[in-house]
Amino acid sequence: MSSHLGARIAQVLPTLLLVSILVFCLQQLMPGDPALVLAGEERDPAVLAQIRTELWLDRPLPIQYLHWIGGVVQGDLGFSWRIRQPVVSLVATKLPVTMQLGFMAFVIAVCIGVPMGILSAVKRNTKWDYLANSIGLAGLSTPNFWLGIMLILLISVKLGWLPPSGYVPLSEDWRLSLSTTIMPAFVLGNAIAAVLMRHTRSAMLTALDQDYIRTARAKGLSERVVILRHALRNALVPVVTLGALELGTLLSGAVLTEQVFSVPGFGKLIVDAVFNRDYPVVQGVVLVTATVYVMLNLLADILYVVINPRLRGA
Amino acid sequence: MRSLFLAALLSTTALPALAEEPTQTLRIALAEDADILDPTLARTFVGRIVFAGLCDKLFDITEKLEIVPQLVTSYEYTDPKTLILHIRDGVIFHDGEKLDAAAVKYSLERHASMAGSTRKAELSAMDHVEVVGPLTVKVVLKTPSAPFIAQLADRAGMIVSPKAAEAAGKDFGLRPVCAGPFKFAERVAQDHITLERFPGYWDAANVHFARVTYQIMVNSAAKFANLQAGAVDIAERLAATDVPAAKANAKIKVNIIPSLGYQAMNFNISRKDGGKSATGQSALVRKALELSIDRQALIDVVYNGVHTPVAQGIPASSPFYSPDTKPPARDIAKAKQLLAQAGVTAPVPVNLTVSTNPDQLQSGEVIQSMAAEAGFDVKVRATEFTALLASEDTGDFQAELVGWSGRVDPDGDVYSFLHSGAPLNNWQYSDKDVDTWLDAARATTVDAERRALYAKVSAKVHADMPVMYLYTTAWVTAVSSKLSGFQPVADGIIRVKGLALAK
Repeated sequence: MSSHLGARIAQVLPTLLLVSILVFCLQQLMPGDPALVLAGEERDPAVLAQIRTELWLDRPLPIQYLHWIGGVVQGDLGFSWRIRQPVVSLVATKLPVTMQLGFMAFVIAVCIGVPMGILSAVKRNTKWDYLANSIGLAGLSTPNFWLGIMLILLISVKLGWLPPSGYVPLSEDWRLSLSTTIMPAFVLGNAIAAVLMRHTRSAMLTALDQDYIRTARAKGLSERVVILRHALRNALVPVVTLGALELGTLLSGAVLTEQVFSVPGFGKLIVDAVFNRDYPVVQGVVLVTATVYVMLNLLADILYVVINPRLRGA
Repeated sequence: MRSLFLAALLSTTALPALAEEPTQTLRIALAEDADILDPTLARTFVGRIVFAGLCDKLFDITEKLEIVPQLVTSYEYTDPKTLILHIRDGVIFHDGEKLDAAAVKYSLERHASMAGSTRKAELSAMDHVEVVGPLTVKVVLKTPSAPFIAQLADRAGMIVSPKAAEAAGKDFGLRPVCAGPFKFAERVAQDHITLERFPGYWDAANVHFARVTYQIMVNSAAKFANLQAGAVDIAERLAATDVPAAKANAKIKVNIIPSLGYQAMNFNISRKDGGKSATGQSALVRKALELSIDRQALIDVVYNGVHTPVAQGIPASSPFYSPDTKPPARDIAKAKQLLAQAGVTAPVPVNLTVSTNPDQLQSGEVIQSMAAEAGFDVKVRATEFTALLASEDTGDFQAELVGWSGRVDPDGDVYSFLHSGAPLNNWQYSDKDVDTWLDAARATTVDAERRALYAKVSAKVHADMPVMYLYTTAWVTAVSSKLSGFQPVADGIIRVKGLALAK
């Protein structure tokens, strides 16, 4: 077990190093000169030259990379060229926002998707199954930005129940924080709920056909116990794996929802940075995202070994 | 007697209320996030909106485009190259330091010489600055410059606290210290910027809010929804498609005024492959393309009619606008005739680069459809704006749709784009007469002379057409009907002084 984990841990640093080189090289392929963006409308040649010198853009790429990675090793991700704030503080401000939004979206998705999937499988080929499938399909095919705007118009403009946009940290006012994030979380959770519903249904149908379910029923157990304790427990394994993957994509995949609800999250940070050729922010955010993914992966590996005794001897 | 008593009672209760500190917050929705909040380094339009609350300038402009004193009380030219500025007495910065002649000299020199300053070109006419009295500054110019005062009515005229600027260095923009009606309080990138009322402001009686919050709302539909829900008081640059709904809403007042800027189709006339194309080689072909376009129809279809057709870089609101250079009516027969005269055969290929903004894409498609009738085969190539800037800079384009935000003085709208070798003349247009007229208009301060010179420039450029000016863009600013004192100005900047909100 320890050698297995040791090998996995040993892969972390080379992986992150590779990510850092990849992101650094790939962004150089993007058309557009950061100095042109920074110089503004007037684009005075002397100013352009000065900007290139100040930001090391006039040096060879390997030197630029080493300059950046040298700072990263010391915990300095550089500063945003656009607003001059340190990338570390930008990441520290945005990451909790997206994590809160992602967690709430995930909870909403599980609360909607899993029960619907169970219902659909148990009531297979009935009106309940068709209804749940239709709702799932609608959830999958509804664009996030459209649903977001519709919710704002209905809930905030027409009914005045919730604030239409913005974000308040949980630590500042938890009620206001929940009221500002519940709509974007629902929009994000809606699409994931549909995916979870379909996977739960499929996994439950497979589980319900198994011999142990027939045995459980033959033993005279109630249908409720058979479904919840025997079928669902086994069906949830692939569903949980999928859920974890979806949770990961929320980290950088909530851009449109963040824009519609003006939530200052991680996705918005990276998209704005790409459009403004704010390279240190792009590099920093990608590196942090990669680190989070790698660490989650490592955690999953560790948990897998803990849960599955057969792997301990490997 | 009873009424007198009531009046006395009312006056005793009303007076303390008048003297009360403002408690309300003004919420302004910005279409994008500002860049660094340092007037020397800043470059974005939204940044200028935030500066209007934060940093007073030496001069300001009115809704009639008149340049009026703000931090100066008066000024005079002792000779065409020497400008004397008399600074307002009793002005203090947000850090309590006094704003005097030395601070003005410091700020102007900082704008002109700091590494990375985006004000350098604006102050290029300035030779040096001298302090000639506690509140008197002498600015010596290299050459006479008519647009110089206008530059001081924007970021180049913003005065920063020397003490704070020296202490913060390049990080001054993280906590800017100026002498505006509000002081910097907080910034959360891509979310909001909050300013707090500055009690020591020289015109504090005209400030009716305790705070101003600039909220970043990139999505135009969400921005409009926020205004409808009463979550913001002002929304700048409302989408043209939202204008009918906003006008129909009693809680919203829509202000539409022509801006100083324009939208144009630029032609590469001499660089790389683009310059060798039919549109690059022949002014007749470019004129034919112009005649195939109905500017008003384009504006009506894409922008709900809010913009104004134009055929020159100087807006109609400017006293230097030339009424003789007007957009021609669409004339397909004449366009075909010009193409024949130019010796080209239809279909004439035109590669038109536009940004990925949906409005721009739609404009490109409308032009494509109109021009096809005259024998043009317009291919619309959408590219991200930063990439578009790069292709313009390197000369890798044939024709492009790009806008300009406009300047108060016409020099800022035409010189850099049309003078030989000027930094923004990316199409490398060069005409000796135009150069002479532009230089002369820059050197004289006599309005009548400048008007005549700019009229010649407009006519010649319209004939040569390196740039096909399409329309003067409009500022569409929607405000809550509870808000009073809002005066739209052609520069699009939202001035927070004088605004008040009914409770």
